[in-house]
Amino acid sequence: MPARAGFREDAVSKRAKELVTPDVAFGKKVPTLVKLVLAGSLAAVVLASFALGRFAVAPADLLGGVYNHFFNPELVGSDLAARKIDSVIFEIRVPRILLVILVGAGLAVAGASYQGMFKNPLVSPDLLGASAGASLGACLGLLFDQPVWAVQLCAFFGGIVAVSAAVGLTRAVRYDPILGLVLGGILVSTLFQSGMSLVKLVADASDKLPLITFWLMGSFASVNNDDLLWSLVPFVVGFALLLLQRWQLNVLSFGDEEARALGVNTRRVRLLVITASTLLTSVSVAVAGIVGWIGLVIPHLARAVVGPNYRVLLPTSLFVGASYLLVVDNIARLATAVEIPIGILTALLGVPFFVFIFRQNMRGWR
Amino acid sequence: MGAQDAARHALLEVSGLRTGYHRKQVVHGIDFTLQRGEFVCVIGANGCGKTTALKAMLGLLRLFGGSVRVAGRETASMAERELARHFAYIPQVHAPPFPFSVADVVLLGRTPYINRLATVSQRDREVAWEALCLLNIEQLAERTYTRLSGGQQQLVLIARALAQQPDVLVMDEPTASLDFGNQQTVLSRMRGLVDAGRSVLMVTHDPGHAFYCADRVLVMREGRLVADGTPREVITTECMEALYGTRVAVVEVDVAEGVRQSACLPLRCES
Repeated sequence: MPARAGFREDAVSKRAKELVTPDVAFGKKVPTLVKLVLAGSLAAVVLASFALGRFAVAPADLLGGVYNHFFNPELVGSDLAARKIDSVIFEIRVPRILLVILVGAGLAVAGASYQGMFKNPLVSPDLLGASAGASLGACLGLLFDQPVWAVQLCAFFGGIVAVSAAVGLTRAVRYDPILGLVLGGILVSTLFQSGMSLVKLVADASDKLPLITFWLMGSFASVNNDDLLWSLVPFVVGFALLLLQRWQLNVLSFGDEEARALGVNTRRVRLLVITASTLLTSVSVAVAGIVGWIGLVIPHLARAVVGPNYRVLLPTSLFVGASYLLVVDNIARLATAVEIPIGILTALLGVPFFVFIFRQNMRGWR
Repeated sequence: MGAQDAARHALLEVSGLRTGYHRKQVVHGIDFTLQRGEFVCVIGANGCGKTTALKAMLGLLRLFGGSVRVAGRETASMAERELARHFAYIPQVHAPPFPFSVADVVLLGRTPYINRLATVSQRDREVAWEALCLLNIEQLAERTYTRLSGGQQQLVLIARALAQQPDVLVMDEPTASLDFGNQQTVLSRMRGLVDAGRSVLMVTHDPGHAFYCADRVLVMREGRLVADGTPREVITTECMEALYGTRVAVVEVDVAEGVRQSACLPLRCES
């Protein structure tokens, strides 16, 4: 197309070549060290999580157990000790560890995406009402004894309704967009929490009420392979959609008109990002209840390490979120004789952590 | 070259453009052309529809009627991505909520060329780097965009627009938030880009800016075009007084041996 001829002035091209392009600044690579640390720490935490527990599995037993499971099923069937190790690894630890990783990564990625899309460093799945909406949905599912997949579907609808309501309220009150959205999220959360109280009120006090109450505190104690199976697809879909939009998220954080002028179909991208983030949030809530603060703290932590470019930030948030929640989950199940609900721990650790990180990051902002 | 001939070769042809917000029409049919290598300023009072017309051209607002053709093609049928390869929009400086590096910001200009997997190619990097070099701000590449001065930020946004490799650079009062010195820096860089073959359409509040850098001036009033010509033809005392409702004097000053520059001065006396 002749339209773009004449852009390159030879003199400038020549000068541009003489001055070497700074690779790191131009998003060419994340330092290898950062990649190694991210992947290495996740691997280390995973290994530790397999070994540690009420039933300790020595590294040798772990290797043997995995080998027997796939190549020596007769032994697992006949030998009692082998069967015990096998069931600890594959019926308890595998679903729990994988689900913790998925939930930690999911909440972190959803939080980072919400922040970019709403141009707002203060939003997270909790603040937007997505968590509250998903909880109410899932509570209703639990109340009516629905199967795993139906609970997840209810959670998803609850989440979508809540986020839409929060965004709608923000537009309706026409307040400062950043604070307005936070305000809208708080209003919607309150509304959905009162809905939850209503559900608790009518729930059967002998079995349903304790189930719902403990589940709301957030815990991976009772997850099984069924949960893993049913949540795998929504997790993968959510991650894939958001990772494919990570460039667009950068553009969106400059505002709607600018993003459109830069060639982004903002309507479609917004719809995709809201749907995918809410999907990740609600499937996490359906699996583990309310695990707060991950979606706010982890993106900020990742931003402090690799900078705000979503091309790098989103995968980093994924890894950091997974490792962080796995560490916290290990604390939850190992620190005391009775397992501590993980939602309590993430809040306890998250608040001071957030204050620290936020102060660090704010230095670059204004 | 006859008038018809010129129109056929125009880079940007706007004819009968009508647009507005919701059902309220604000721009009631304007026609103009922009040639390659031309610097065109649009002036007019607040609310005359100049920004609205600009947004319609960029595809940010729906056309009520008329057409916009760029490089011989109708824009109505173009998707955002394609439109962004023809027009680059340089907004007023404002801070994004996250501390992006200057390189990140300029690379975002490559959005209309980047594939689904968001892989930045070597070519994208080269183009972004050249854009920085063209504006003499390559030393800013690794700095944090949000920490730069307003003038520097504006230059970075211009670099981002250049990285889009557009036919037309479109600016909406780019100097509104800049101090006196930075205004002239930005305007003279823009003029330099036009001298090197690029084409600029700029909305401005200040008739002086049009004198400073424009080849042609369009004057808008109540959603219509009321004048179109060189700055000297259009920016006259009568025209400016009618347009802005204030007393002005258009003066010409010798700034150096044989160099004369014009300015539009607001007058204080009411007589």
